Amino acid sequence: MSEAQVWDALAEIPDPEIPPISIVDLGVVRSVSVENGTVHVEFTPTFLGCPALEVMRDQMAERIRGLGAEPVVEVVLDDSWSTDRITPEGREKLRASGFAPPAPREAGGPRLVQLQTGAFRCPYCNSTNTRLDNIFGPTPCRSVRYCESCRQPFEQFKTI
Amino acid sequence: MNAQALLEIADDELILGWRNSEWTGIAPFLEEDVAFSSIAQNEVGHARALYQLVAEELGTTADELAFDRKPEDYRCSQFVELRLVPDWAKTIARHCLYEDADERRIKELIESDEPEVAGLAAKIDREEAYHRMHAQMWFERLENEPQFQEALEELRPLVDQRGEHLPEFEQLWEEMTEVRRSVAGATW
Repeated sequence: MSEAQVWDALAEIPDPEIPPISIVDLGVVRSVSVENGTVHVEFTPTFLGCPALEVMRDQMAERIRGLGAEPVVEVVLDDSWSTDRITPEGREKLRASGFAPPAPREAGGPRLVQLQTGAFRCPYCNSTNTRLDNIFGPTPCRSVRYCESCRQPFEQFKTI
Repeated sequence: MNAQALLEIADDELILGWRNSEWTGIAPFLEEDVAFSSIAQNEVGHARALYQLVAEELGTTADELAFDRKPEDYRCSQFVELRLVPDWAKTIARHCLYEDADERRIKELIESDEPEVAGLAAKIDREEAYHRMHAQMWFERLENEPQFQEALEELRPLVDQRGEHLPEFEQLWEEMTEVRRSVAGATW
């Protein structure tokens, strides 16, 4: 079995909370290595309080067993995941599903005045005439914004 | 690794997360209900990650550290133990004071020589940035309100008050550990 086969199999696992994008699109798989029938995966969580983490880990293990290998999924609790790891394909899929993709990460981190600007684009009508409605949304990774142009609330992936 | 110092932070985050979650369903308005519940969820997530790190060092598990210790073994501050529902001004005063104090100790941990401590602290810090923005927004909204100013003055001296637990901590512990205590070997 090759590493590429494992990557392909993992790329079929949907994100449990945003199913249009896969966990590989999301950037949570940091590395894959294959050795003597054992597949070692380094998994870097998104938000530490995200309840989808266990689901992702179990689905990866199940998928690897389906390939006939023994999975070792190591959860890496460090600073290696950021929204910059979401692939260009993943960002496009987010937008197509009505989630505004995260802005690029900047040095110094996000600030309230930035969130309160209209620099974020509505995923429905493309207008930047949007305002912050709530820093927090239905899951830890999202904020809620409102588009003044098409009068539609939308979810903005937080930059982290 | 200074396991006891990390446990102090983990216990603060778990207990504050628990207290914040008491607003779920009854916060002053819907957006705030979502926000405060989300913040509570993040704090419990930070506690879990810190417990995992300490558990590896001590040869135990995160769940055992979170739920199987005796109340007197928790190292959280009295500040996070306070049950503040239904006083929103005090709740926001605690939120502002806590985020400020928490930022300082997390920034210190980021400088740790131990990569796993520094790495986890850096990740926590990036999530906390959103809690700080939320606290800042509320501070700006309430800073001229006498009720809020009084709450800040009353709570400020308690921020790092450790040692004895408050009487209300016992009840929180009872609620928090009830499932673990009643179902042997429960993993949920």
